[in-house]
Amino acid sequence: MTDTATRPDTGLMVEMRGVNKWYGEFHVLKNINLQVKRGERIVICGPSGSGKSTMIRCINRLEEHQKGEIIVNGVPLTHDVKKIEAIRKDTGMVFQHFNLFPHLTVLENCVLAPIWVKKIPRREAEATAMRYLERVKIPDQAKKFPGQLSGGQQQRVAIARSLCMNPDVMLFDEPTSALDPEMIKEVLDVMVELAQEGMTMLCVTHEMGFAKTVADRVIFMADGQIIEENEPHEFFNNPQHERTQLFLSQILNH
Amino acid sequence: MKYENQPTLPPPANTIGVIGWARKHLFHGPLSTLSTLLLAYLAVVLLGPLIQWAFIDANWVGDSREACTAGGACWVFIEQRLGQFLYGFYPGDQTWRLNLSFVLLLGLILWLAIPKLPAKTWVAGFTLLVYPFIAFLLLRGGLGLEPVETHKWGGLSLTLVLAVVGIVASLPLGILLALGRRSDMPIVRTLSVIYIEVWRGVPLITVLFMASVMLPLFLPEGVNFDKLLRALIGIALFQAAYMAEVVRGGLQAIPKGQYEAADALGLGYWQKMILIILPQALKLMIPALVNTIIDLFKDTSLVLIIGLFDLLSIVQAATNDPKWIGYATEGYVFVALTYWIFCFSMSRYSLYLEKRLHTGHGNRA
Repeated sequence: MTDTATRPDTGLMVEMRGVNKWYGEFHVLKNINLQVKRGERIVICGPSGSGKSTMIRCINRLEEHQKGEIIVNGVPLTHDVKKIEAIRKDTGMVFQHFNLFPHLTVLENCVLAPIWVKKIPRREAEATAMRYLERVKIPDQAKKFPGQLSGGQQQRVAIARSLCMNPDVMLFDEPTSALDPEMIKEVLDVMVELAQEGMTMLCVTHEMGFAKTVADRVIFMADGQIIEENEPHEFFNNPQHERTQLFLSQILNH
Repeated sequence: MKYENQPTLPPPANTIGVIGWARKHLFHGPLSTLSTLLLAYLAVVLLGPLIQWAFIDANWVGDSREACTAGGACWVFIEQRLGQFLYGFYPGDQTWRLNLSFVLLLGLILWLAIPKLPAKTWVAGFTLLVYPFIAFLLLRGGLGLEPVETHKWGGLSLTLVLAVVGIVASLPLGILLALGRRSDMPIVRTLSVIYIEVWRGVPLITVLFMASVMLPLFLPEGVNFDKLLRALIGIALFQAAYMAEVVRGGLQAIPKGQYEAADALGLGYWQKMILIILPQALKLMIPALVNTIIDLFKDTSLVLIIGLFDLLSIVQAATNDPKWIGYATEGYVFVALTYWIFCFSMSRYSLYLEKRLHTGHGNRA
C-alpha cells in the first residue's frame, strides 16, 4: 500500500511530527514527535492519563489529531477515507478488552476482515486463520465462541485476528491490563515471539519485563508529552528525568 | 498431610421430586400456603362457569341459531361464518389462492426458523424479494388469475396481509432511521429525528384517517389509489418510527469497543453495521422488537374505522346480522382467541430465538 511513487521509502513505519490533540479544552497530546523504523519494537509507558493510549490510537484514526502530521507506511493520515482505510489495512490493533465479536466463532472473527476488506477467498482466509491460531496455540478453539474462552485465550485470538490481515505494524493498547495474573504470561509469550520474528510493534504496557526483553526503545510519557526515550537498559538503570525516576520507583519497588 | 475425600451423599428425600417442589413453591410457610389455597379456590369458582359455558353447555353443530338450545356458547355461529371470518368477501372458488400464499409463507418462515435446514441465505432472499410478488399476484390476480379487488379482501387473511406487510416494510425502514439518528452527519440525523418524533407524536387512528380521508383530497382529480394500499403505507410509516427507537436502544447497548475493533480491522461503515453491530444489536432487541411486532399485529384492527373488514370488524359485522343477534360474546371470544394464538406463538418463538442465539458471556468490555 506504500505510496512509493510520490514519497520515497524513508524506512520509517510510523512518523509523527508535531502532533497535538485536544478533548474539548483538555490538551491531551502536546507536540508529539516520534519516528518508528520498520521492524522496530517500541514500548510506551507512563502514568494513567498521560496520553499514551490516545497517541497510538491516533495512528489508525480511532482518535483524530487536530494538529501536526502522522504518516503511516508512507501514507499521510488525513480526512480522506481512502487513506484511512489503507492505513487501517496495514495496521493491526490489540485492545485492552480484546473486543472480539461475541456473535461470531473464533474462526469467523479471524476471517471476517480478510474476506470483506481484502477480498480473499474464504477457503484461503480460513487456512491463514488456522495457521495464526496455531501460532498463538489455540487451533482447537476455532469453532468456539469468544464467550467460552478465558481472558488469555481471547486476547490470543485477538492477536491472531489482527495478524490475519497481514499487517505491517501492530499496535498494542495495554494488552494484558484486563487479564488475571496467571494469564498474562501466555499473552506475553505470543507477543515476544512476534517481536522476535521482526514485526514492527508499538506497545502501551506496564510489563517492564517485556520491555527489557524485546524493546528496542522505551518511551516514557506524562501529561501528554514524551518525557524521555531510551534503549531499555539505559532507561531502567539510568533514567534521566526526575518524572521518569519517580514513575519507575513507583512501579518497580514492590 | 493428606485429606480424605468425603463421600458425596444424595440430598434429603423431602427436598427433591414433586413433594420437594410443592414444599418449596406452594407451601413455603403460612403466607404461601394461604395464598396457594385462596388462588386454588378462586380458580375453581371462576373457571367452573367458564368451562360450563364454553364446553359443557355449548352447541357445536347445526346450521342456524335454532341449533343452539343448550344455553351455553353457540359455536354454530362461528362455524357457519368461518369462511367469511377467514377470507372476507373473497370469491369462494378462489380462496385456494389465499390458502396457497399463506401456506407458502408459513413454509418459508418454518424453513428459516428450523436451524438444521440448509441454504438459509437463498431462502431468505426468496422470501424477501420474490415471495411478495408471488403473493401479490395470487391475492390480487392477473396473469390468467381472476382479479379480486382489495375491497373484497377481509377477515383473518386481511389482518395477516396488514401485519406481514407492516412488519416487513417497517423493520428495514426503522433500522435505517435508527442508523440515521445516530449518524455523524447533521442533516441525516436531524431528518431522522424529525421523522421519528412526528410519527410517534400522532395516534395510529389519525394516520389511518389521514391516509383514507385526507390524502385523496390532496391528490389531483382522477388519481386514486387503493384504500388498502394507503392503509398499508400509513401503518408501515407509522410503525417504522417505533421500530427505529427499538433499534436505537439496541445499537446503544453495543460497547464502543465493537465499533473500534471493526474500524481497526478496516471495515467500512456498512460492513461494520451489517456484519458486526446490527447482528448483535438485533439479538439484544428481540424482546422489544417482538413486543412492537405484537403491538403492530393487534393495531391492525384499527383499520375498522376506515371501513376495511379485518378479522375484528368482519366478526363485529356478523354479530349485527339479524340471523345471529345475541351471539356477540362468541364472536369476540373467537377473535380474542385467534389474536392470542398468533401473539403467543410470536412470543414463544422469540424466547426460543433468544436462547438459541446466546453465545456465552459476551465481551467483557
